[in-house]
Amino acid sequence: MTLQKAPTPRTAATTTVPVRSVVERLFRARELSLLVIIIAFIAVTTAVQPSYLLSAGGWRDLLRGPAMLVVVSIGEAIVILTRNIDLSVGSILGLTTYLCGDLMHATSLPILVIVLIGLAFGAALGLVNGLLVAFLDVPSLVITLGTQYAYRGIAVLWIGGNFIRPEWVPGSFKHFGLSQILTIPWLFVVGLVVMLVSGWFLSSRRGGRDLYALGSNPDAAVLYGLRTRQLTLVPFMISGLLSGLGGIMYLSIFATGDSKVGIGYEFQAIAAAVVGGVAITGGSGRVWGVALGGFFLATLGTALPVLNVPSLWQQAIVGLLIVAAITLDRAFFIVRQRQARKAVSE
Amino acid sequence: MSAISSQHSTNATAPYLVHGKPLYRRVLPRPEVVLSLGLVLIVVLSTLFVPHYLRPNANYTFSTLLLNATPILFLLLPETLIIATGDIDLSVSSVLGLSSAVFGLIYQAGTPIWLAAALAVVVGGGVGVINGVLVTIVGLPSLAVTIGTLALFRGIAVGILGTTSVTNFPPPLTRFFSGSVPGTPIPWQILFWFLPVMAFAVLLHFTPFGRGIFAIGRSSEMAAFSGVNVTRTRLILFILSGLVSGLVGVFFTLQYSNAIGSNGNGVELQVVTAIVLGGVSIWGGRGTLFGAIVGGLFIASFSKSLQVLGVSDDAIYVITGVALIISVVTASISKHISSRRRGTASPLQAGGD
Repeated sequence: MTLQKAPTPRTAATTTVPVRSVVERLFRARELSLLVIIIAFIAVTTAVQPSYLLSAGGWRDLLRGPAMLVVVSIGEAIVILTRNIDLSVGSILGLTTYLCGDLMHATSLPILVIVLIGLAFGAALGLVNGLLVAFLDVPSLVITLGTQYAYRGIAVLWIGGNFIRPEWVPGSFKHFGLSQILTIPWLFVVGLVVMLVSGWFLSSRRGGRDLYALGSNPDAAVLYGLRTRQLTLVPFMISGLLSGLGGIMYLSIFATGDSKVGIGYEFQAIAAAVVGGVAITGGSGRVWGVALGGFFLATLGTALPVLNVPSLWQQAIVGLLIVAAITLDRAFFIVRQRQARKAVSE
Repeated sequence: MSAISSQHSTNATAPYLVHGKPLYRRVLPRPEVVLSLGLVLIVVLSTLFVPHYLRPNANYTFSTLLLNATPILFLLLPETLIIATGDIDLSVSSVLGLSSAVFGLIYQAGTPIWLAAALAVVVGGGVGVINGVLVTIVGLPSLAVTIGTLALFRGIAVGILGTTSVTNFPPPLTRFFSGSVPGTPIPWQILFWFLPVMAFAVLLHFTPFGRGIFAIGRSSEMAAFSGVNVTRTRLILFILSGLVSGLVGVFFTLQYSNAIGSNGNGVELQVVTAIVLGGVSIWGGRGTLFGAIVGGLFIASFSKSLQVLGVSDDAIYVITGVALIISVVTASISKHISSRRRGTASPLQAGGD
């Protein structure tokens, strides 16, 4: 199409981009529509059962529960932005949970050191994924499917039938999972910080914009001179690091865990990213949307039983949300393309 | 490959095919051949060295090995074709679960069992249509769609059955589906399985439709320009996948005499693992059905040997994962080496001539 237009001097600069209607722009802002849905959802649930929001425990669980999913899905989303996928986040999360629990039991290291070890461990597992994908040119879907099995297998062989006993976990660490600052749970603050830092980096730093460039057109990124191997590798490390953080948060909430922690979590993380507006084909999406997507999916799980919807149906609703989200994106894309074409021909 | 060489032979007017390399060097490096040798090696070594592998009841070992692998062996047939086009269907295990739940519910309501089974297969085909339409006509990426429907169909399966399960299937049928042909270690289900194997092998490797599948995998635009009906082909494959998954749902239910929403949970990853292990490219365009089947059998026999050896069942996770990574990594490295060798070899050859 660009070839046909080439002889005429009329280029993209002279064609006017169609002004979008306010309604369409509102709908296209995934963050806003998600926020409205979440607020409405919480409002309805609270109307049915006031203690869902308006009790100390309810308020805490509402903010604290989704933080783990938000953190892990932001890592997943950064990988998806570069047109890759990470299926190993659940296994990394499970392995880190047990490592930290075991260290708390077997050693007398300060908690902060153990947390740092856990983060480094997650990042190292992510590094393995990243090295394999970036330097061997093999599809990330297959590599992370392989490491998902391998990491889970290591966890199962290592842990066996054992599990983290609540008394292994120091009281101060458990207390951190429960405690709040200005009525806001610390775990929520952790999620918020992860969101703000990664969102700022992706939207306004050079390195972040390079990730979008790589995801929207890898060939062009190479021609432009971007270090594509490095840009492929780093998101996997970030995803591993945030999965490790997710594992540590799990430990502080539940103070227990066995070899099955985090099974199937990769699908929830991908679902949160997709519902939050990240295109699975890479190159588009924002962290704010992902965070809201994760918050929504996690809230759904606690609110549905209150609304008398059996929690059994939760998975079906999540699936429906994913399909609806990508279909809507596609519909808006087609509408926009049509408008742009009309504008060019006029 | 063979097309090029036969053309070459006609040009040279040689009475036989002319190949650049001797037969063993062309055949041996193929992933499915390496894997087949590995499979034979495992079975032979296990027979020789693993105590009780054959002793107490040889038929039992082999029949449980095959029976446990049966759902995977069925599901990988349509999945191989889908992956060969460059798409992926992650929802197969959920369709299995949905079909199982529907089958159980309809049977429990007093419908004749053959009708319940037929309806379950139809439901499988129907959800295959949903996947296919979303991927082809709406134009969404198959990975995203089938991750969504993976959750959706599983959720419906779990939702409609609730916490209950249906177990009162007629004993003769369940015995049949969990039993073997008398005197042999071959389960009845595997006998059934050979029919779709033949059908899918012919479809993929010996029909224009199958050539179209590989063409789409290499480049769907090029395939469209050379006359392949891309949309129709991809749609048909997703429907076939749904139908087969529906059928496996019925078999699975009868094999374990249990219709429950969680039937077959997580099988989709094992299916994809078997296919990729068998040398089918995840980008599409390359691979054989034979390789995929050997991949499935390889995983099954390996885990059985470990199980009989008394190694924790869970070791298979590590081995599956590592085998999967090694298979793609070696493929990538050997491609790299051969392209480099070809790059340096061809000017030399030209100079020599």
